[in-house]
Amino acid sequence: MLLDIVINKSVTALSVPWWKVVYDFSALTEWIDKSLHNAMSPFWTTIMELLIIGVLILLFYALVGLFLVYAERKVCAFMQNRLGPNRVGPFGIFQTIADLFKLLFKELVPIKNADGFLFNLAPFIVIIASFMAIAAIPFAKGLQAVDLNIGVLYVIAVSAMGVIGVLLAGWSSNNKYSLIGAMRSGAQIVSYELSVGLALITIVILAGSMQLSVIVEAQRDGWFIFKGHIPAFLAFIIFLISSTAETNRGPFDLAEAESELTAGYHTEYSGIKFAFFFLAEYINMFIVASIAATVFLGGWMPFHVGHWEGFNHIMDFIPPFIWYIGKTFFVIFIMMWFKWTFPRLRIDQLLTLEWKYLLPINLVNVLIMAFIVLMGWHF
Amino acid sequence: MEEKEKIATPDELQEYFINMGPQHPSTHGVLRLLVSLKGEMVQSVQPHVGYIHSGIEKMCESITYPQIIHLTDRMDYLSAHINNEAVCLNVEKALEVDIPDRIKVIRTIMSELTRIQSHQLWWASFGMDLGGLTCFFYGLRDREKVLDIFEETCGGRMIVSYSCPGGLMYDIHPNFQKRVKDFIKYFRKILPEYDQLLSGNVIFHERSKGIGKLTKEDAISFGITGPSGRASGFSCDVRKHEPYSAYDRVHFNEVLLTEGDTFSRYIARIEEMRESMNIIEQLIDNIPEGPFTVKMKPVIKLPEGEYYQRVETARGELGVFVISDGNKNPYRVKFRSPNFCNLSVLDHISRGFKIADLVAIGGSLDLIIPDIDR
Amino acid sequence: MDKIQLGEFINSIAGALEIKEGNQYLEVTVPPSLLYKLARQLREKEESQFDFLFCITGVDYGADLGVIYHLRSTIYDHSVVLKTRTSDRENPILDSVADIWHAADFHEREVYDLLGIKFKNHPDLRRLFLDNSWGFPLRKDYVDDVNIVTK
Repeated sequence: MLLDIVINKSVTALSVPWWKVVYDFSALTEWIDKSLHNAMSPFWTTIMELLIIGVLILLFYALVGLFLVYAERKVCAFMQNRLGPNRVGPFGIFQTIADLFKLLFKELVPIKNADGFLFNLAPFIVIIASFMAIAAIPFAKGLQAVDLNIGVLYVIAVSAMGVIGVLLAGWSSNNKYSLIGAMRSGAQIVSYELSVGLALITIVILAGSMQLSVIVEAQRDGWFIFKGHIPAFLAFIIFLISSTAETNRGPFDLAEAESELTAGYHTEYSGIKFAFFFLAEYINMFIVASIAATVFLGGWMPFHVGHWEGFNHIMDFIPPFIWYIGKTFFVIFIMMWFKWTFPRLRIDQLLTLEWKYLLPINLVNVLIMAFIVLMGWHF
Repeated sequence: MEEKEKIATPDELQEYFINMGPQHPSTHGVLRLLVSLKGEMVQSVQPHVGYIHSGIEKMCESITYPQIIHLTDRMDYLSAHINNEAVCLNVEKALEVDIPDRIKVIRTIMSELTRIQSHQLWWASFGMDLGGLTCFFYGLRDREKVLDIFEETCGGRMIVSYSCPGGLMYDIHPNFQKRVKDFIKYFRKILPEYDQLLSGNVIFHERSKGIGKLTKEDAISFGITGPSGRASGFSCDVRKHEPYSAYDRVHFNEVLLTEGDTFSRYIARIEEMRESMNIIEQLIDNIPEGPFTVKMKPVIKLPEGEYYQRVETARGELGVFVISDGNKNPYRVKFRSPNFCNLSVLDHISRGFKIADLVAIGGSLDLIIPDIDR
Repeated sequence: MDKIQLGEFINSIAGALEIKEGNQYLEVTVPPSLLYKLARQLREKEESQFDFLFCITGVDYGADLGVIYHLRSTIYDHSVVLKTRTSDRENPILDSVADIWHAADFHEREVYDLLGIKFKNHPDLRRLFLDNSWGFPLRKDYVDDVNIVTK
């Protein structure tokens, strides 16, 4: 059926190369939508579509989670002159799956005097927050669950919800280390949310839209990090720093600070509940990396250089999904690089960095960007 | 009025306690710190030790002098050879035995190698305390090379038991000189890597400068010796003040700094590794020929009296105080362990800092718990 | 100051004490009543300035319990050993020197823990290694049938 569409389309529009048609997922999704409509009532169509998307995202979620854990281990091993996992399966790729089973079978230790309901609720809030954010991310052309017209705002809002789970986890564990970790995390995420938002607003000004698909489309002739002169580059750097902080990673992992707070807010969690926190951390990293890739590095848009037609054609030949994944993992690699190189900051230094440096720079940056856009100085 | 006094002020209510340890990643063993906090600010630190008190001093009273050597390995397990040497020197001093130069030189080289590997492990774990997990693997990677040298010559890697009263257990391995020279060459090249990874890092500077300041007066009064004391300007290097073994024939600098904060304690140790390499380089080509042990009586009996021997371990001044009543067993042995004194200052210098700083200060003092408990 | 001068100096500030020239350090035997006064003077007098207390050892001499203080001056680089004894084995009490040298704080707690010698005016005299139900293991008459194997 797919082939049928491809042939039909390429027959009708001969000027478009065939791969551009194949890489456009909107034809596929439209076809699924149409055939579902033909088969059942609109109500059931919506239900079916929700189910399909839910299952797909769930699958994607699990795969990305597993792969990121493996990638982190390998990158970390590379940074530390080690080999990393290399026993379970070829190159140890099944190591994380084995670990997943280990975590699944582990005992869920009940905590005396813990607030049972909140204690069990917390991991779900954390994981749902990261789950929801995936919905708005454009993986390729037409491959996006919901294309909200306030996509950027939605992603910021939803991914910040995770902090509630962290705070609940810390508070309900009835453990002082957890509580300190949770309070740190609260202070940290609330502060760095500002920088993340402002860095994205800089680009929203440049793009003139909050809709993620429009933002990606606007980067057809060049990525925003190149188009927006220095302010866009600055915004990218700030976004990298503050999103690392927001995901409780790298030199900003104060909430779980192993050497200070043993494991911070998830000290008391075990088994699959701990796995939820663990997975959510990696998915959050994936989300912020894909936001960075979408907003600054052109999302699924191939790399184009001005009027080099030949070069641009070759770039077009690489599927957009690969472009998207490649950019995302480039950002993820940078974040892992941070984590395994830098020592941890102290909580007051962390907040100083945000309120005294990043925030003022960011505000000025937004102003400069607005000025550039007004004068039409961008490319 | 009386009732009013009973009610705690909001300020007092904020104070709470956490137990750092006995199982905690950054107490490096079974040390328990009862930390009183207000928010994240440390109000006081009460060390609770004794979780691995093994009664070494009591055990020494019922065993012979050569046997004591093997217990000292287990005290400060990272300065195992230097501990051995301290007991040997004390016994040899009491018996007035003349030790040939070969033994002295080999002991000195081994001591300095021990110091280097101890500081390497300290650097590894200190980096980890501050959250730089990569340091751990870099430190241990290089330490492995020293341990391999130990293994070849002594059989043991960490617990070497290489010295014995009257000399050494065995002669050095034929490869010893070559491997040590190779190691020095390698480590001279690799030490700048440590600086690149940690010493020059902005975050590390922020985390360590001005943290846990210890004045010279306090350092002397608390008896803080070793690199921690020298970072405060307390000239306490036994190798300089009371040279033992072959330290009187080598040139090296006593690393003295003045700030006394966590950063200078860090720098003191890094520099000490360089000085240790200098010492080894001066000696490694000039190991005199001769026997590796002096013939001693089968049963060593110290003449009646009191003998005190100070040596410089990787963490400070170790004193071995032996009271002998003329028997083959000592009447009383006291180990003045450097970590025991260094721990006592923790409360004094970490008040008013944050938990994260407490971890950094504890790491910079380089505490080894079996040496505290003995 | 060398040993002889030091001995004369100590005699001049504390009266006639039993001073022995040991094989390494000058050993001064002090009665418990004079200990604190002598220690403070040794610390504060311009000529001696013993500012570094590097070791405190508790010893069980059989009949007596003793404490040995090793002092050094970081300014003049001379050392002295103070020895004191008490014949009271049931309730031995000595003066604490913890307010003169901070190092004495932990060392005296250790001596108290292992030998049961109490120190008057110590800021925080609790057992250090062992819990309160233990005896005092470094005393020669300490018996422990379970943990100590005698041949």
